[in-house]
Amino acid sequence: MADMAIEMAGVDKWFGSHQVLTGIDLSVARAEHIVLCGPSGSGKSTLIRCINHLEGTQAGSIRVGGIELGRDGTNVDQIRRNVGMVFQQFNLFPHLTVLENCTLAQRRVRKTAPADARDRAMTYLERVRIAEQAAKYPAQLSGGQQQRVAIARALCLGPDIMLFDEPTSALDPEMVKEVLDTMISLADDGITMICVTHEMGFARAVAHRVVFMDQGRIVESAPPGDFFGSPRHERTRAFLGQILNH
Amino acid sequence: MKYAIDFGPVLAAWPELLNGTLSTLKISSVSIVLGLIMGIGLMLLRASDSAAAMAMALGYIEIVRNTPFLVQVFFIFFGLPALGYRMGTEQAAILALSLNCAAYTAEIIRGGLDSIHKGQFEAGRALGLHRFDIFRFVVFRPAVRAVYPALCSQFILLMLTSSIVASISAEDLTYAAQTIDAQTFRSTEVYFVVGAIYLALSQLLSIVLQAIGRFYFSYPVK
Repeated sequence: MADMAIEMAGVDKWFGSHQVLTGIDLSVARAEHIVLCGPSGSGKSTLIRCINHLEGTQAGSIRVGGIELGRDGTNVDQIRRNVGMVFQQFNLFPHLTVLENCTLAQRRVRKTAPADARDRAMTYLERVRIAEQAAKYPAQLSGGQQQRVAIARALCLGPDIMLFDEPTSALDPEMVKEVLDTMISLADDGITMICVTHEMGFARAVAHRVVFMDQGRIVESAPPGDFFGSPRHERTRAFLGQILNH
Repeated sequence: MKYAIDFGPVLAAWPELLNGTLSTLKISSVSIVLGLIMGIGLMLLRASDSAAAMAMALGYIEIVRNTPFLVQVFFIFFGLPALGYRMGTEQAAILALSLNCAAYTAEIIRGGLDSIHKGQFEAGRALGLHRFDIFRFVVFRPAVRAVYPALCSQFILLMLTSSIVASISAEDLTYAAQTIDAQTFRSTEVYFVVGAIYLALSQLLSIVLQAIGRFYFSYPVK
């Protein structure tokens, strides 16, 4: 049993001739909560997308739950079983009801019996306080509700690790809180979380560590108290100055 | 001499017209279903990782879409027996129509898939779904929904194109018209009536396809 949930070492990633990740070294302990922030285009979304192989890498190694993720996608099935992901645009399946969104992968990937998949889905829909909408279609829900369903959908597969890719960026301001509250309650459960977000209140409340990226590199990594109180790098200070004082 | 319009002899041949209509309906509906299934298969080959499968599918689509349907029917009915594949007129008609339909259907559905946001594929992958499951359970319905009007037009066109199979003596509605015409010499009346029947069949098919669409794509979208 590995102590580390995620270990990235020397990871490089290129899009054509443009290098988006350079020498990424990042270790995330089990049950650790990481907030990943940085300016747009700094590679933070790409970094978490490499963890479940939505993006391939060109150099370095990635281990998830002690399992080596091959650059050709070796072990990707095993790793994805253990890693849930929530997207900026929710990406719910529009032709399936809320409940069906939550049972599809259970049935196809985990081969769960329909009744069990349904029970499990309802448990998590209750958990994100949206069980009463189970029969509705995504288009009938608000953005915040859709994102909570997306969180429940990922949780139904029982992942040890959850990746959040700017989960509140596409939401109207009044809906941000309901999604953040859901994520905060998850954090209390001891799940490993990596969250790309600019919600610094969330970072202060939940993160064990805030990681700041710029131009494809990890610039600074520190507990929230140190990160906000005494950032060491000039670029971090400039970034914080921009997002905290607007 | 002035030609006197008389529908009597044509209408008296109603049993032939009815048989022809039913035959056209049967040939068309079987070909639509087979063409749809083969078209989906063809589209999957075209989208596959194998370069050979992709080239084969693409070659097939190009050949079918760039040769006349009449030539395709003749090739299947007159050409294949020489190679040892003999079949009846109706089978040849259905084979030709479904092979033709498959090429167009594959391209239409591919257009639908192209319109699906990549986030849908990514969500499927992140959930651990395999490629074929993503196609089947995640993107297929929204993709078909996006191109459903084009698909319906293609199916109605197939039904109208099926009149060409009369040229290999498949006993469809147009074949019945030719027979009645030869017996009565009432060309104007025969082709007027048969044209009206085709028009009615188009409307019927359109209503049926729309009903299927309303049932299958009833989920709301923003």
